[in-house]
Parts: sequence; structure tokens; C-alpha cells
Amino acid sequence: MPARARPLSPHLQVYRWQIANTLSILHRLTGVMLSVGLLLLVVWLVALAGGPGGYETVLRVLASPLGAAALAAFGFGFFYHLLNGIRHLFWDVGYGFGRRERRRSGWLVVAGAVLLTGCALAYSAYFAH
Amino acid sequence: MGSAKDGTGHWWAQRVSAVALVPLALWFLVSLMSLNSLDYASVRAWFAHPFDGFLAALSVAVLAYHSYLGTVVVVEDYVHSAAAKLAALLALRFLHVLAGGAGIFAILHLTMGTMGS
Repeated sequence: MPARARPLSPHLQVYRWQIANTLSILHRLTGVMLSVGLLLLVVWLVALAGGPGGYETVLRVLASPLGAAALAAFGFGFFYHLLNGIRHLFWDVGYGFGRRERRRSGWLVVAGAVLLTGCALAYSAYFAH
Repeated sequence: MGSAKDGTGHWWAQRVSAVALVPLALWFLVSLMSLNSLDYASVRAWFAHPFDGFLAALSVAVLAYHSYLGTVVVVEDYVHSAAAKLAALLALRFLHVLAGGAGIFAILHLTMGTMGS
């Protein structure tokens, strides 16, 4: 037995929720989501190669309320994973490890992802009509 | 290195594919959004350009590779039974080769199959 209690490894059930681990989990979640997006992208490409009939069907599904909601979610996932991925790459080369820097870049990534998703949605809505 | 077996190689491949995806994904998104319409003719016209077809095929290849590397880590972290893990890893491999292959084949068809038709 050790002389004093050692820190436990961070089990999700007892880990205090904070921005750092939330963003880390969100990076994974959006990554898995974008993997599903890859399959959809391939379906879209194969339909396009197959001819106008199938392609129009895929477009109709994407334009439905459920399809549009899914596209918006994929949009946020894309921008979040892209920005947070760049944040991770900066860490990998040794920059931005300070406590304040980590926190600030984290919020910056969230704000940027929300903003870019909003812009993309507004742009698409504007040009769809 | 633990369950990953060859940690450094995997880690490095994940980063290299991530760096490559930054310009590729942005190119794809900007190209898609600058089309006048997403109708059949407009999107076909986009992929009919050889350079765009090349970049699109490259994007799908790198995306499939990056997605494979990422989802493998998720399975290794969360699937604990050896049999389920093996099955999940095999499924991921098949799925990503299938997705990457089908996507690239479709783009090649769009870029080259349109010649003369």
C-alpha cells in the first residue's frame, strides 16, 4: 500500500466536467460523425456517376427537413473537427500548452465552428432560392 | 505501445493525413459552394475537369485513410472483448477500402467517362 492516496486515473463517471475534456470528447464524436459523412459523400458520388435519376433522389433526400438538419450537423462537425484538429497540430509541434492559452484556443475553436457553420448555412439558404 | 502495437507509425500517419486534409477539405468545400447550383449538370461539369477530378479523388483517398486511422483508435479504446474488437477492426478495414474504392472509382468515371459523351 502506498503511504498516501495516489490520484486515480480519470474515469469519465467521476471526472469533473470542464472545457478541456468536453472539447476532447467532442473531437472524437465529430470524428466518428465525419466517418459516417464519408459514407454519405461516397453515396453522393456514386449516385452522381450513376446518372441523373439516382442523383436527383439523393438531392431530394438531402433537401428534406431531416436531410437539411443532418447536413447542418455535419457542417458543424466538419468545422469543429477542422479547427480543433489544427489546435491539436499546434500542440503536436509544442505551441499553446499554457493553461490560459489552452482555454482561450478552446473557446476560439467553439466560437469559430459555430460562426463558420452559421455562415455556411446562411450562404446555402441564400443561394438555394 | 499498448494495444496500438505500432504507436509511432499510427500517430505519425494520423498527423500527416490531417495536415493534407486541411487544404483538400477546404478546396472541396469552397469548390462545392461556389457552384451555381447543385443540380446534376453543374456538379458533373465540375468533375469533368481533370484537375478537379484528381483533387477530388485525392481528397477521398486521404479522407478514407484518416477516417480509418481515427475509427481504429476508437474501437481499440472502447471495444474490450478480443473477438468483438477483431470483428470491428476487420469491418472498419473493409468499409474504408470499400468507401475509398467506390468514391475514387465514381470520380474517375465522372472525369474520364464524360469524354466524348
